[in-house]
Amino acid sequence: MGMTITQKILAAHAGLDKVVPGQLIEANLDLVLGNDITTPVAVNEFRKTGFNKVFDTKKVAIVPDHFTPNKDIKAAEQCKLIREFSYEMDIENYFEIGEMGIEHCLIPEKGLAVPGDLIIGADSHTCTYGALGAFATGIGSTDMAAGMATGKAWFKVPPAIKFNLKGKLQGWVSGKDVILHIIGMIGVDGALYKSMEFVGEGLSSLSMDDRFTMANMAIEAGAKNGIFLVDDKTIEYVKEHSNREYKVYSPDADAVYEKEYEIDLSKIRPTVAFPHLPDNTRTIDESGDVNIDQVVIGSCTNGRISDIRVAAKILKGRKVKKGIRCLVFPGTQKIYLQSLEEGLVKDIVEAGAVFSTPTCGPCLGGHMGILAKGERAVSTTNRNFVGRMGHTESEVYLASPAVAAASAITGKITDPDKI
Amino acid sequence: MKAKGKVFKYNDNVDTDVIIPARHLNTSDPKELAVHCMEDIDKDFVKKVQPGDIIVANRNFGCGSSREHAPIAIKASGISCVIATSFARIFYRNSVNIGLPILECEEAVKGIEAGDEVEVDFDTGTITNITKGKTFKAQPFPEFMQRIIKAEGLMNYISEK
Repeated sequence: MGMTITQKILAAHAGLDKVVPGQLIEANLDLVLGNDITTPVAVNEFRKTGFNKVFDTKKVAIVPDHFTPNKDIKAAEQCKLIREFSYEMDIENYFEIGEMGIEHCLIPEKGLAVPGDLIIGADSHTCTYGALGAFATGIGSTDMAAGMATGKAWFKVPPAIKFNLKGKLQGWVSGKDVILHIIGMIGVDGALYKSMEFVGEGLSSLSMDDRFTMANMAIEAGAKNGIFLVDDKTIEYVKEHSNREYKVYSPDADAVYEKEYEIDLSKIRPTVAFPHLPDNTRTIDESGDVNIDQVVIGSCTNGRISDIRVAAKILKGRKVKKGIRCLVFPGTQKIYLQSLEEGLVKDIVEAGAVFSTPTCGPCLGGHMGILAKGERAVSTTNRNFVGRMGHTESEVYLASPAVAAASAITGKITDPDKI
Repeated sequence: MKAKGKVFKYNDNVDTDVIIPARHLNTSDPKELAVHCMEDIDKDFVKKVQPGDIIVANRNFGCGSSREHAPIAIKASGISCVIATSFARIFYRNSVNIGLPILECEEAVKGIEAGDEVEVDFDTGTITNITKGKTFKAQPFPEFMQRIIKAEGLMNYISEK
């Protein structure tokens, strides 16, 4: 029985020729990541157990992105704790405000994830780096502490589901619509404990930003990880951002997949996830009239330059509807600067929208745009559980940057082709 | 190792945002987190929960975020065990790592209602609904995970090694 992409990476990092689904292994880590919410718990565990140095000062990354710039005194204290820890441990990849970005936009940009890597992160959207052909998975703070101390983690080898992509994205349709369509199809536990592996000729229609968005939301289908076949676009991105050595893995011809889906990108319509689950999806054509109060464009899911460009293109020369709040969160300082240079910030601000410093902000109901009782938001973020962005009686509709921007102009969920 | 208490029953997809909302992630103190446990799905939980009580839920319990604060809050609130039809993978892993006992058993979930008195024997995986006089058998953990749970968490386990 051959191995999937994921199984090959796990085997290689466990020093094994072969692994099978269900097998328990211990693997060497290329990167251990944490943010300002999850790292404090990890630091406490690390210290309590008596560890006083990390396994490799180059292979730990700490990014304060959730409640930063410091939301309040408690957040400031959590950030102080992890800052001091990072300095004490000589952690090279600690990114202070002014350099940091939303972690899953920042890490690839800084060349810290390359094909063939095995990455754990104390954040569920660590699966984002699967877009680069790396095995990347979200874990908790204790695993982060153990990983920082030993450079190893235990894994149960996952079985896999194959998504064979064909055709081309049409019009405003983007990676966000594809992944929402898939989650709607298989459900929030449709890929529970499994790898989602994306292959096929349709890959060439997906930009790296599309792939980051799709891999980012693998966790919303319950997956252990999402991973893309590596192609020229991947290599071009990697060479531009990193000079680290990388390794490209492809599935064996006789790799076993529990299920296989054919996804025709040409047939995907802009898709919206209605409250309160990411799998409660409808196409834009079925969405009906939904009045909204706020639009959020950004996050680790859709805070990259192509997302900002799409938002700016739709907002340019138009105005955010009076009474609607539209907030844009670029993922990193580099994306921020690029948005400035390309004139996107001007288009966004002149339309009456907000352009923020990088932060996770309202995505998880942290700060910078919380919802009151009865309010509704269209958001390019990744979750819409009860109370996700504020009051338990507020609602979040997940969508692409194009749908979100169009909705800001009309004040209701809108097909970008129709404005 | 045993657990015994009355049951709090929930449905599918109980996510980490309702178990411990982000507005409370400003702290990592288990006692502070316990005060807000299950707040956005069951406001009465913290008022009613007694040490030893058990959470029973349907599919995909703990889905969403990787926040370890979720099983920490549950453990600190006094809950002795969570029984579910299935667990989201990061929550499952976190629970094992911090020593919050969890069991997967669809049969048991179907045969237990809110308020029932239930006892769990982790060595045998036997779940007894004392109120209704029924017993169920859960899948035992792989031996490796049993060692972590016995050591009361991953950090103890690796420092013992």
